[in-house]
Amino acid sequence: MADVLLRVEHLKKYFDTPGGTLHAVDDISFDLNRGETLGVVGESGCGKSTLGRTILRLYEPTDGTVYFENQEITSLSNKSMKVLRRDMQIIFQDPFASLNPRMTVSEMIAESLLIQKIFTRKQGPQLRARVTELMDLVGLSSKLINSYPHELDGGRRQRIGIARVLALDPKFVVCDEPVSALDVSIQAQILNLMQDLQDEFGLTYLFITHDLSVVKHLSNDIIVMYLGQMVEKAPAKELFSHPMHPYTRALLSAIPVPDPDYAVDRVLLKGELTSPIDPVPGCRFAKRCPFVTEACTKADIPLREITPGHFVACILV
Amino acid sequence: MKQPVVKKQRTLAAETWRRFKKNKLALTGMIVILTLVVIALSTMVIDFVTDKAIYNDYVIKQNLRMRLQGPSREHIFGLDEFGRDIFMRMIWAVRYSLFMGTIAIALSTILGGLLGAVAGYYGKISDNIIMRFMDVLLAIPSMLLATAIVAALGTSLTNVLIAIAISYVPTYARTVRASVLTIKDQEFIEAARAMGASDVRIIFKYILPNSMAPLIVQATLGVAGAILSIAGLSFLGLGIQPPTPEWGSMLSSARAYIREGWHITVIPGLGIMITILSLNVMGDGLRDALDPRLKN
Repeated sequence: MADVLLRVEHLKKYFDTPGGTLHAVDDISFDLNRGETLGVVGESGCGKSTLGRTILRLYEPTDGTVYFENQEITSLSNKSMKVLRRDMQIIFQDPFASLNPRMTVSEMIAESLLIQKIFTRKQGPQLRARVTELMDLVGLSSKLINSYPHELDGGRRQRIGIARVLALDPKFVVCDEPVSALDVSIQAQILNLMQDLQDEFGLTYLFITHDLSVVKHLSNDIIVMYLGQMVEKAPAKELFSHPMHPYTRALLSAIPVPDPDYAVDRVLLKGELTSPIDPVPGCRFAKRCPFVTEACTKADIPLREITPGHFVACILV
Repeated sequence: MKQPVVKKQRTLAAETWRRFKKNKLALTGMIVILTLVVIALSTMVIDFVTDKAIYNDYVIKQNLRMRLQGPSREHIFGLDEFGRDIFMRMIWAVRYSLFMGTIAIALSTILGGLLGAVAGYYGKISDNIIMRFMDVLLAIPSMLLATAIVAALGTSLTNVLIAIAISYVPTYARTVRASVLTIKDQEFIEAARAMGASDVRIIFKYILPNSMAPLIVQATLGVAGAILSIAGLSFLGLGIQPPTPEWGSMLSSARAYIREGWHITVIPGLGIMITILSLNVMGDGLRDALDPRLKN
C-alpha cells in the first residue's frame, strides 16, 4: 500500500478582483506518495503556482482541505503551521527575486535554521559548520560564504535556494518552476542535483513547470491544469503515450523535437485563453477546443477514470 | 582530504565601514561632523567643570563698546552686535544646532519609519488609519505645526525637540511606506514566510534593510531642515531663547546689522552651510556603503 504523504481535497483558491472573482485554483484533488514526484503542467496563468502556494498556506485556501501525514493542515493555527513549515518547503522560480539582496550566502542559509530555532545565535561554530556542510551538499564552493546574491550567477543562486530549504530537512518540497529562469546547460545541473537530493533524503516533490520535457524526466504522475482546473492526471509514461484530453494533446504536440527534418503534426489552438474571472459553467477549454460539441458548454465536466490511474475531464473520451 | 578554506565572516558594520572609507568626500563630511560632535561635547564638559564660568564670561557677556568689531587676531571671527566673541558663540552653539537637529530627526525617523513600515506591510485598515492621520499632519505646514506645538506646550528645549520631531514624522512615514510597498511583494519576502519567519522578523530583517537607502538620505537632509527649523523657531522667539547662542538665531538677529558688519551674518551662515553639506555628503556615502549591490 502506497504511503500517502500529502492529500489535497477539493482545494479552491479564489481571489477577489475589481472585475469579479478570479478562480485561480478550482477544485483540485490529488494524493502524493512519499518519495514520489508529482508534476504540474499548464500554461502561464493557469494557477500552477497558486496551487503550490495554497498547499503550503502561503495563500489561505478559499475552500477544501489539505492533509499532510494524515493531519489536516488547512485549519492549523499559525504557530503549529510554523512548526510544520520545517517539513514543507518551497523552491522559487526566480533565483534573483527570491533571495534577500542584503544577506550573504551564509546568512541566508543560516536564516532558516535560526527561524526554526534548530540553532540559536549562540551556537555560532555549529551553525557555521552546518551552513558549510549544506553549501557543500548543493555544490556551492565554501569561498562564496560571504558573497551577496548579486555577485552570483543564476545557477549558484538557485543552489542557495535549495540549500536553505534542505537546511530544514523537509519531507515535502514544492518546486515552483525552479529551472525555468536558468540557462539550459545549468537547468540540467540543477535538475540532477534535485534528483540526487531526492534519492538521498527521500524528498517528495510537487514539481510545477511549463516545460514538459522536464516533468517527463522527473515525475511519477503528472497533472495537467487549465484555467485553475485539473483536466488530466496520469502516470508520466501513460500521459505521454496516451494523452486523452484535447488540451494535453495540443501541449504535447508543441514539444520541440531536436531534428530539423522531423515534420510534426501540431495541434494548433485557436483563440485566446478565456478569462478565469467568474467562469461560466461547462468545459473551460471549450472555446479553443477543436472537437467542441454542444454538450461541452452545458455543465461542468467531472474527472473520470478512463483507465486505472488515468483521469480525464472530457466528455468526448 | 583537503580542508576547504573558510573565509572569516565579516559583520555588516565592518563591511559598511570598509566601503564607506573609500569615498573620500563622504569621509571628509564625516570628519567635519565628528569634529563638531567633539566640540559640542567638550563645551558641555567645560560648562560642567567650570560651572558655566567661561560661558558667562565669554559667551554671553556683553561689551557694547566693542560691538560689530571685525575679525582680528584676538577675536578671529570678530564680535557681534553686543560685542560678544563670535568664535566662542559659534562653538557653544554647536550643541544646540547639531544635537537638537539630530535628535529631532532621529525621533521622527524612528517613529515615522515604524508607522510607515506597519502601514505598508499590513495595508488595508491600518494603512488607511495611519496614512490619513499623516495626511492631516502633512496638510499643516511643518513650520506652522511646530510653532503651534511649541506655543501649546510652552517654550523649552524639549518642547522644541518634540515639535520638530512630530512635524517631520509624515515625511518619513511616507518614504518608508513607499519603499515597503515595493519590497513586500517580492519573492524573498514570501520565501521568508515559507520558512516560518514572523512578521516582526520580516519587517526588521527583510523589509527595513532593503528600504534604508531613501530613509538615510531623507534623514541627513532632514537634519539640515531641522537645524533651519530650530533657527526659525528661535527667530520667532519660540525656540532657543537669547542670550543662549544658536546658529540660526545668531543669523537672524545679525540680519539687521548686515551693512555694519559682514562677518556676523556670514560666519553663522557658513557654519550652517558646512554642517549641512557635510551631513549630505556623509549621507550619500552611507547610502552607497550600505548597499551591497554597489560593492566594490
